[in-house]
Amino acid sequence: MKPEMTATPRLAAGVRLNEKSQQPRMLLMPERALRLNGPSLEIVQLCDGKHTVQQIAEKLHAVYAKAEPQRITDDLVGYLELLHKERAVDF
Amino acid sequence: MILSDIWNSCIKNVPSIFRAVTTTLTPLALVAELTHRCPLHCAYCSNPLELAKREQELPTQTWVRVFAEAAKNGVLQVDFTGGEPLARTDIVELVHAARQAGLYVSLITSGLPLDEGKLAALIGAGLDHFQLSLQGATEQTAREISNTTSHPQKLRVLQWLKKHRVGVTLNFVIHRQNIQELDDMLAIVEEHQPGCVEFASVQYYGWGLANRDALLPTRAQLDSCVQTLKEAEERLKGKTRVVFVVPDYYAKYPKPCVGGWGRKLMLVTPDGHVLPCHAANVIPGLHFDSVKEKSLQDIWENSESFRKFRGEDWMQAPCKSCDRRHLDFGGCRCQALLLAGDAAATDPVCSLAPTRPKVDAILMAVNSSHRPDQSEPLQFFYRPNP
Repeated sequence: MKPEMTATPRLAAGVRLNEKSQQPRMLLMPERALRLNGPSLEIVQLCDGKHTVQQIAEKLHAVYAKAEPQRITDDLVGYLELLHKERAVDF
Repeated sequence: MILSDIWNSCIKNVPSIFRAVTTTLTPLALVAELTHRCPLHCAYCSNPLELAKREQELPTQTWVRVFAEAAKNGVLQVDFTGGEPLARTDIVELVHAARQAGLYVSLITSGLPLDEGKLAALIGAGLDHFQLSLQGATEQTAREISNTTSHPQKLRVLQWLKKHRVGVTLNFVIHRQNIQELDDMLAIVEEHQPGCVEFASVQYYGWGLANRDALLPTRAQLDSCVQTLKEAEERLKGKTRVVFVVPDYYAKYPKPCVGGWGRKLMLVTPDGHVLPCHAANVIPGLHFDSVKEKSLQDIWENSESFRKFRGEDWMQAPCKSCDRRHLDFGGCRCQALLLAGDAAATDPVCSLAPTRPKVDAILMAVNSSHRPDQSEPLQFFYRPNP
């Protein structure tokens, strides 16, 4: 399921980031772990139930100014869809 | 590298970043078997036939040190199991210590010695994930397999869990005596909507092996089960992740047991021995080091038992030259010992194994003698409480 641009994704119950002091940064979830780097870490940190998908996209557009904005938005939505399917985020 | 390249390399190929770290040889998970004591007496218990006694169990402080060593050594997750981990009176303290050490903490439990206050205390101490085992969809089936009244308590625990924000997995252990209740099990899942449900077929070690004749499902049962779970997976998409652990006797290729011997997982027994998997002590001649004498890292890197089947040097034909050896690592060493009499043999469930006819004979026996309309008298060997 794709998120709406107005949705506010947040990490699902039982899913959390490891501590800042722990490298590499990982998303921890039941029986599994996902290594995060670059944009995937930035996205997951913004899945706090407050930022809308649109707001997350805008933040990424600013950080990755040399990439085409629509491409970033599409990738973001695809990534959130995958995290949702794996029960890592709710929206 | 410019930022757009970083973006592209990171997110272009989404599936490639959604994966567990597997490249380095560090343990990712620690299974902490806190105790062999358990209020249930399940006829498929994965504990060894010889159970550790209470007075042999590690004290709190040793476990606390083990968690710190594990986190320092790169371990990400700890699974508290047993026996019944809630039988430890220091369980809240242990959860707190493991979480403080930086580990993701799962509790794998029958939910039996638990009340609402204790559940809140566990979650308050940092418990990340609560995995509740269910022995069936009804009290009668659950009692037949566990020789205890437990089902109503499990349903209570599911209600209590709704008040908390914690990861929840339901684990149904399935076999010939309860596989026909799959629809009713799914009804429990749909009512409570846990993040994940596992339908874990009994694996034939320890007590499960002793009771195999009464537990191994028929092929017709299995086919129907696969179809039902396929439909359930579709229906529950986005709500509950459905995981099915196949009975590997029916598989074409073996399971990558524990993700490969000494590659991802360490298990500490109630008395402190460190094993590459929960059944490894059936393999004769293996010496297991203890956390009472050595550090976890030293054991991981140097102990004879972890090195014994790590890598590929030990492999025999056909594994040695098989393209699948990086996928399944030759299957399960304990199953090779139990069925083929040689822990270094190809797992006999593999269709390429020279000993596969032994597994086929077992399947033929169960499929020719059991029809769905037959009821059968149950004669389980129940595990005791040490």
